[in-house]
Amino acid sequence: MFNILKNRLDQGYRTTGYPNEKINLPSSYRGRPRINRHAPAEVIAECAAACPQDAIDISGKLIDMGRCVFCGTCEHISKGEFISFTQDFEISVSEKKHLLTDGGLPALAEHSKQHFKKLFGRSLQLRQVSAGGCNACEADLNVLATPFFDLARFGINFVASPRHADGIVVTGPVSKNMKTALLKTFEATASPKVVIAVGSCALTGGPFRGSPEIAEGLDSILPVDLFIPGCPPHPLTNLHALLTFFK
Amino acid sequence: MKTDFLQISNGEAIGREKIPHLSFDNFYRNALSIIRVGGKVVHYFAFSDKGKIKLMAVLRKDTLKVASCDAPDVYPSMTSQCEPFHMFEREIAEQYAIRPEGHPWLKMVRYHANFLNRQDVFGNDYTRDIPGNFDYYAVEGQEVHEVAVGPVHAGVIEPGHFRFNCIGERVLNLEIQLGYQHRGVEKMLPGVAPKRLPVIVEGIAGDTAVGYGLCMSQAVEALSSLQADPGAQIIRTIALELERIANHVGDLGALSGDVAFLPPANYFGRMRGDFLNMTLLICGNRFGKGLVRPGGTRFALTEEIRKALNERISELTPQVKHVINLLLTNSSVQSRFDDCGAVTKADAEKLGLVGPAGRACGLPYDVRRCFPTGHYGQLNIPENAKPTGDVHARATVRGEEILQSLEIITTLLSAPVKTRSIENRKLSLAPSSFVVTLNEAWRGELSHCILTDADGAILRYKVKDPSFHNWNGLSMALRDTEISDFPLNNKSFNLSYCGVDL
Repeated sequence: MFNILKNRLDQGYRTTGYPNEKINLPSSYRGRPRINRHAPAEVIAECAAACPQDAIDISGKLIDMGRCVFCGTCEHISKGEFISFTQDFEISVSEKKHLLTDGGLPALAEHSKQHFKKLFGRSLQLRQVSAGGCNACEADLNVLATPFFDLARFGINFVASPRHADGIVVTGPVSKNMKTALLKTFEATASPKVVIAVGSCALTGGPFRGSPEIAEGLDSILPVDLFIPGCPPHPLTNLHALLTFFK
Repeated sequence: MKTDFLQISNGEAIGREKIPHLSFDNFYRNALSIIRVGGKVVHYFAFSDKGKIKLMAVLRKDTLKVASCDAPDVYPSMTSQCEPFHMFEREIAEQYAIRPEGHPWLKMVRYHANFLNRQDVFGNDYTRDIPGNFDYYAVEGQEVHEVAVGPVHAGVIEPGHFRFNCIGERVLNLEIQLGYQHRGVEKMLPGVAPKRLPVIVEGIAGDTAVGYGLCMSQAVEALSSLQADPGAQIIRTIALELERIANHVGDLGALSGDVAFLPPANYFGRMRGDFLNMTLLICGNRFGKGLVRPGGTRFALTEEIRKALNERISELTPQVKHVINLLLTNSSVQSRFDDCGAVTKADAEKLGLVGPAGRACGLPYDVRRCFPTGHYGQLNIPENAKPTGDVHARATVRGEEILQSLEIITTLLSAPVKTRSIENRKLSLAPSSFVVTLNEAWRGELSHCILTDADGAILRYKVKDPSFHNWNGLSMALRDTEISDFPLNNKSFNLSYCGVDL
């Protein structure tokens, strides 16, 4: 008993004040990209050629945050001249076309559907489905239950059954072998329901695009309401998306 | 014609002409005789070379050994005589349609069509997307009942199917069927643009991104002129140990949660995040994705970061020690952990268990000590095998490894680390060559194998996650255990679904 109390004092209070207080992530973190549209054409071409995800649109001078794994290769080789990554983690969007960006993103709160806020604003129960995910996205969703983020204080929980859920959160490139199970989970969720795609794989197939064993984007299978980019998205990106879209 | 396996080194490339190409009989006899005297299978796979299908095995005892042979369409199964071949023979049958006659449980590993469009060994129609709809190991009897779990589980975890045969609460047999995560990685890797290789490899199992990046980078380095400088080797070691700590800490938290002892569950959960954030500080990604590349690391360790890491490690070390102590000395925790899901050393040997799961059964094997690469040759990795093989042993081994890894990191951070950060380089691999790399990832022996063709293109990229050995250990642990103890046992192993499914 004494040991339990001693450890409790040792650990202290750890929950973040976000969203009321601002959080600054370290400068090494790569969040929303910033694009210099006046960068020389050869620099842009060099970045596009080096990008392992082929996420750079040369003619439009845009980056596809759905494909991007935020590795920072383009920032490195252009020394920030074309693309640099800011520490802004609030990067989720409600329409897929907004993932292709010049660095600007529409305010998520204004794009969220009002009836979602009315339905789910006070209580949102989500069922997570990993469909070919590498366990990084899954881990950084799971972490929202730990004391630092404490997702439950916002009335949002991950639940064990789709029957108890208001929507599903899908990670992974939707492997062929998981497609049926995913669709059954979706069907088992009571309407009205939401679908949230988390991570580069669920958005576009991520690193595995081109493989015949996966789908390139969850939106080709189910209607997606919220797109959360990253490889994996930072837990704060997930938290911001859920709070802004539904609260 | 050569008749024996060739001794090789971890991470050293050799010309493929040097690999003994044996007659099938010699290959078969030699492989079995090495395993019978305590050897283990690191790799056993098929590949296609100029239209010919060949088999290759990398075995380990005190040293690593390799040989190949021409693959017959059908051959007498090695598994029936020597258990460690079990999963490997099933994988070969699935990927290259080679039937091991007399295999005791010949069933697909991942549920996909074979690479050669040959007739399927299992008689499956892969246009039907319903994996799992096949026969399972069944126990008959009036009071025997089956429990089916998954692929979608209750928690936020990866998909897999578990089929229990029980009598009352007691589990007679657990069969684990994976494949739901299959993304076609091995088929994809030889053909992709080289710049995509690191990103794909790190995505095979994201909780082991550093381990995967390291195996791939060391293999590519051995096949090219690229070399990682000593500073980069140190950063890689720090990152691999941080990965180990974060995962072990998280799993100890999950174990606390499963026996409803909530204080450590919450503390470990929070501290796991602190370790992931240290990796983020180094490379911008909590899982270390994007850090390790052929030729070094993409991020240097600045003095500012080194100072910050040192401060965090010294703040966290006593907290971690206290919470491990809180968990493992609590009497109600002990009563749940002790004797739960025990695997005997003899069974662990036969299954070829690796990593913490193997060490908890008294098998001290640790790649960092037995086949060290990079900076590990200069470190003293202590043995921490435990004899009991139960949940308590697996938890204790992980607890001890956390403290060892903290010590390793503290030592490595004590002096400035100098390296040049590198970007993806143009890859030019040695033609007609072979390399195998092994690393002790947090789950155990992770190994990659690359074969190149006469033009230096990748002919075969073979990946083996430690979980490929260990899933059957979990099945074994559940024998005669109460089904309600399944979550606890599952967490104590915490194996990779995607690492096996590829």
